Amino acid sequence: MSPFSQIVFIALLSSLSLTRALYFHIGETEKKCFIEEIPDETMVIGKYRTQLWDKQTAAFLPSTPGLGMHVEVKDPDTKVVLSRQYGAEGRFTFTSHTPGEHQICLHSNSSKMALFTGGKLRVHLDIQVGEHTNNYPEIAAKDKLTELQLRVRQLLDQVEQIQKEQNYQRYREERFRMTSESTNQRVLWWSITQTVILLITGIWQMRHLKSFFEAKKLV
Amino acid sequence: MTVTIPLFRCFLLFFHVVVVFHLVSATELTFELADDDKQCFFEEIEKGEKFSLDYQVITGGNYDVDCSIVDPGAKVLYEESKKQYDHFSHTAEETGVYKVCFSNEFSTFSHKTVYFDLQTGEEPALIPEMHNRVSALTQMESSSVLIHEILKTISESQTHYRLREAIDRIRADEIHEHVMYWSVGETLILFVVSISQVVMLKSFFTDKKPLPGLSS
Repeated sequence: MSPFSQIVFIALLSSLSLTRALYFHIGETEKKCFIEEIPDETMVIGKYRTQLWDKQTAAFLPSTPGLGMHVEVKDPDTKVVLSRQYGAEGRFTFTSHTPGEHQICLHSNSSKMALFTGGKLRVHLDIQVGEHTNNYPEIAAKDKLTELQLRVRQLLDQVEQIQKEQNYQRYREERFRMTSESTNQRVLWWSITQTVILLITGIWQMRHLKSFFEAKKLV
Repeated sequence: MTVTIPLFRCFLLFFHVVVVFHLVSATELTFELADDDKQCFFEEIEKGEKFSLDYQVITGGNYDVDCSIVDPGAKVLYEESKKQYDHFSHTAEETGVYKVCFSNEFSTFSHKTVYFDLQTGEEPALIPEMHNRVSALTQMESSSVLIHEILKTISESQTHYRLREAIDRIRADEIHEHVMYWSVGETLILFVVSISQVVMLKSFFTDKKPLPGLSS
């Protein structure tokens, strides 16, 4: 087997079936969103597999062709990064260009199926972020690394991700500090403004009433 | 120099890859839990496997959520009410589907954002062939494994630090907004109250106009 086919073989195996992952149930038109808070230039790979509930056999069908899921990913500025339709089983990937909270939303497009099924969908989902997206068997085969070299490569990836996270942390603390300072300024100016308005209103009230009573010849 | 791989090793590789995928799963997700809502996640775990759950409430109300873990035999392994964060680990006693549920049913109007991390099994070997290693690890290799474990711990504590910071940051943003709304609102109320006070007081001292048709 040539190295190329070896790589293809390994890549195929590892990107294949989500044999075991967390799963949850969603309704037909229900939209499920997950939040990923990540530093910038971080890769995210999501794999999912859907199963449809069969009313007749009262069980989930092993696979359902024709079923599709719409995946939408929004960046921290609510700009859409990825918006695509995938089949019953899919793999989506994106790289963040701004640090912050990214939102990954999934919803099925099988509104026609609602009439025939119980309206329940089982979704197996696996989301990997950062250095967990690297496929080490593939890297070892491609670069012909020994075990130790591969291990060192993994350590380098981990350290790089830690460094990115620390940069992101510095950016977050700066934003937090700016928000706090802005709040402090707002509280200060509004307190002064409201006290001044209170005094002015009090003086105006007294003067207005005094002139009113003087006109009525009560004072 | 080409690297050839005989058919038998090919099968061994395939077998190990498949087995490896069955041995481990680590999922961390952050999702929104609407008020009066319950969300459950299911995971298939083999008997004898260790699994651990870490969860934390990031936004919403009093930052608390109900959590429960039920085993395939419908036995409740863990049940806590209104917790902000917790850690639970257990060795699975039977093979089957375990259910992890988060509930916000006690809340009437605050929706929560919950982070959880469910880890099952042991970490897989870097490449599948490392599983059937015969000789002991060299000092270099065992040092690098140690560094790997330490870096994993650093990464996990970074995640926890980020979550705690997110709680404070989101609250600070909310305060920032609320200060603006409340200040403007209070100023308006101030104007309305002072003007209406004067108008009402004046109306007490104004002679009532005689009604038409009534002789005074």
